[in-house]
Amino acid sequence: MLLNIEQFLPILPEVLLLILGLLILALQMSLPKPQHRNLGWVTAVGMGLVILFSLPARPGTEPMYVWGGMISYDWLSFTFKMLFIFAAGITALLAMDIEGLGTRGEFYVLMIASTIGMCFMASAADLVMLYLSIETVSIPLYILAGFFIFDNKSTEAGFKYLLFGALSSAIMLFGFTLLYGMAGTTRLPHIVISLLQNATSGLIPAYIGSLTLILVGFGFKISAVPFHFWAPDVYEGAPTPVAGFLSTASKAAGFAVLVRVLLWVFPAEIWAPLLAAISVATMTLGNLVALTQHNIKRMLAYSSIAHAGYALIGVVSFSALGLISVVYYLLAYLITNLAAFGIVSAVGRVTRSDDLTAYYGLSRRSPYLALALLVALLSLAGMPPLAGFVAKVFIFMAAIEAGLIWLAVMGVLNSIVGLYYYLTVLKYVYLYRSDGDTEPLPVSRSFTVAIAVLIAGILLVGTLFSPWFNWASTAAAALFN
Amino acid sequence: MQFPILSFIVFTPIVSGLLIFLIPADRKTEARVAALAAGLLALLLSIWAYFSYDVAAGGYQFVEQYTWLPMLGISYHVGLDGMNAPLVLLTGIVMFTGVLISWGVDDRPREFFGFLFILATGVFGVFVALDLFMLFFFYEIAVFPMYLLISIWGWKVTREYAAMKLTLYLFIGSVVALVGALAMYFVSGLGTFDMIALEQAGFSPEFQRLVFPFVFFGFAVLGGIFPFHNWSPDGHVAAPTAVSMFHAGVLMKLGAFAALRVGIMLLPEGAKAHMWWIILLTLVNVVYGAFIASVQSDFKYVIGFSSVSHMGLVAMGFATLNKAGMLGAGIQMFSHGVMTALFFAVVGMVYDQAHTREIPNLGGFRKAMPLVAVAFIVGGLVSMGMPGFSGFVAEFPIFMGLWGTYPWIAIAAAISIVVTASYIIRIIGNVFFGKLPDAFEGHIRDVNALDKVALVFLSAVLIIVGVYPSIMVPMVESGVTYILRLLGGA
Repeated sequence: MLLNIEQFLPILPEVLLLILGLLILALQMSLPKPQHRNLGWVTAVGMGLVILFSLPARPGTEPMYVWGGMISYDWLSFTFKMLFIFAAGITALLAMDIEGLGTRGEFYVLMIASTIGMCFMASAADLVMLYLSIETVSIPLYILAGFFIFDNKSTEAGFKYLLFGALSSAIMLFGFTLLYGMAGTTRLPHIVISLLQNATSGLIPAYIGSLTLILVGFGFKISAVPFHFWAPDVYEGAPTPVAGFLSTASKAAGFAVLVRVLLWVFPAEIWAPLLAAISVATMTLGNLVALTQHNIKRMLAYSSIAHAGYALIGVVSFSALGLISVVYYLLAYLITNLAAFGIVSAVGRVTRSDDLTAYYGLSRRSPYLALALLVALLSLAGMPPLAGFVAKVFIFMAAIEAGLIWLAVMGVLNSIVGLYYYLTVLKYVYLYRSDGDTEPLPVSRSFTVAIAVLIAGILLVGTLFSPWFNWASTAAAALFN
Repeated sequence: MQFPILSFIVFTPIVSGLLIFLIPADRKTEARVAALAAGLLALLLSIWAYFSYDVAAGGYQFVEQYTWLPMLGISYHVGLDGMNAPLVLLTGIVMFTGVLISWGVDDRPREFFGFLFILATGVFGVFVALDLFMLFFFYEIAVFPMYLLISIWGWKVTREYAAMKLTLYLFIGSVVALVGALAMYFVSGLGTFDMIALEQAGFSPEFQRLVFPFVFFGFAVLGGIFPFHNWSPDGHVAAPTAVSMFHAGVLMKLGAFAALRVGIMLLPEGAKAHMWWIILLTLVNVVYGAFIASVQSDFKYVIGFSSVSHMGLVAMGFATLNKAGMLGAGIQMFSHGVMTALFFAVVGMVYDQAHTREIPNLGGFRKAMPLVAVAFIVGGLVSMGMPGFSGFVAEFPIFMGLWGTYPWIAIAAAISIVVTASYIIRIIGNVFFGKLPDAFEGHIRDVNALDKVALVFLSAVLIIVGVYPSIMVPMVESGVTYILRLLGGA
């Protein structure tokens, strides 16, 4: 088989990322140590270029299976790829000035490796490809979570993430084998067809069994209850930009495979009730436990668990609008949560603390950083004119359209709880005083750039939603038409 | 294309608010001047819009419509009619005077005016919205700055509690209404959030009866309806003066107005089916609110509960579903807005000098601040519904409409007028007349020129509407006629 250039178009982002990773590796070896920090700029600009050069390689409206059916070349995967690459670029900027993280070239290379995995994850159309890509994402992330090897919390985070991740991916793999055993093929679009052909009543328990086992693996990725236990500890211990990356890009990748596998392989009658229960449990537990947190990273961890629950409402709705709302929600959530973690790392770098007490009087120390935190937290709470508001409205719309009014009401009640703890943080920031609140809080240029981009993004997604919505609906049409 | 005046009104505050954030933190005077300029601009624009509304033609004017999200039928659609024109004017007045009397805010004035103006944009947006989605969008924008404004610049004793209580109450109300509104969107089958289209959606009476309470109460929480009024006095008292003015003067109207616009106008059958018991709740508001106000010893709580009582009259007027009642309610929204802004301004000025609001500890302020005393008396007369003041123009039709449908409730509600008179006269006597307590001797100074401008301006509006009602009555009447048509004749 002769390779031609056409065949590379579907994996152009991955190819470009690989080139970028190799470039960083080469630069790290050739540049003197003090220059290594600037690899962050290279990574961020490189990511921007990857997005720019990938745009001409966007797919057509009809999904195509390429590379021997391993990869689905469609808008859903393309959309998610762009999100991952964006998140990675921002994370590089946020990490640059973190001591022991941004000064090490390995960090950028590992993050790029993980991003490549995510891109394959979003487009995987085969069980083998799916499993391999999930591992490609996870292994660099285990290392990144434990990147500060002299910090006990960070190593604990890395190890915990590894143990949980390895266990849940083993369980998921078992689910895959069951599925293969029943269907006789590993290609996702074909599995459902062969299952229909061989449908005998005796297979139903195995079918449900494999669904459950697979959901364990995906549930771990999106940190849904009851597979969420790792998230708060890992976010707390991991370097803050890494935690931000974990809670956004990695979670979005989990959603990408979740919707693809569920919609392609399993009938909605089986998974929808189960997922609805998981969604309610995830939202409720995430929000209620977030109320009691004293560490902002743990609070954001529980809040990100809760947000996975909201996004699941869109999946449960099982409709075009539902899937659109999931994509929109993930877009809004990704930029918002990256901003929140970015501000936390900017503050934590100076104060050396992630306790909520470190945020007392932040508005006096740094009015603009406080304002950015206000925007990020209110967007998480779902207040207009910020991204979180429309995203939530779309999710609730999808639920009501599908007749799941009770689920929409659960979501609404949860967003009230959410508002409470986000406002509490803002109270600390604006109202409370601390001894050091007259000292300035220097913010480096890379932080400023990253946070400014994110805040602008939050406002854009929250006000001019038509282009984003059209984009999300094109992506959703890849699975729903 | 005509000049997009409504968009200018809506976006002037938020744009100037964002610009104010760019002023360096230590340039406090510049921030204040910029805020005053923006407030003046918004006031002039709203006056202009109010007086260029063609009452004879009626209907929605200055309409602007731009697609926002065509796939879901969301558009940016604004228009002015007889109901919301006075409220836009009211917001302009309160915003301008609020800036005037906030000159003394010394803790981060930049942030103060910035948040206040974001709030103002939300308020303007809700009043002129003709799209249901847009209405919610701006409604929430109007809610969250309250939290910051109250908790940061509020009264130290209760601000954290009151701010959180208020925000959660209003947020719960708005999301309950949102679920109802989304149900309306899908049931209508029109695929649009446009309220003009939804008015003609022809919802089945069963659906209307089911959804109406959710939508109506979701918004009416912000209108202070019993038994969801509890956040309101706490919030008013804890808020800094300008925010109390905004809050009681404008924000509560936002709730009443949205309950009218979304509840009564889109679900008229639901309104007819439920109004008989809602009017009983509003009666509790009116009478109970007045009685509670009369036993408060804190000056600001008196005004806070008087707002609950007066806003009850607004809801009561709407609940009559007849012409006189709704006309009165429409004017009462404006009249009470200006009046209560005046009251809270006066309370703030007295507190700034006396550092206490306990009525028994005050007295004799008329000598030190004569203009403040006069302004309060003007507000008091409005509050009692004296002829010649705007309160009469508003309350008389409400009682007239009430008498036509529920005479017993009219009689019961009339008690509130007497009670109102008693607490207003008590305050006038105890705070402004009598002997100045020795502790205050020599400490009490008169208010500054900016405060005086604000007081004179607010009092003048109340008197103008009172002696020359045709400046407002025909306009509101044209709005009411439109609503009555939706309610099916009458």
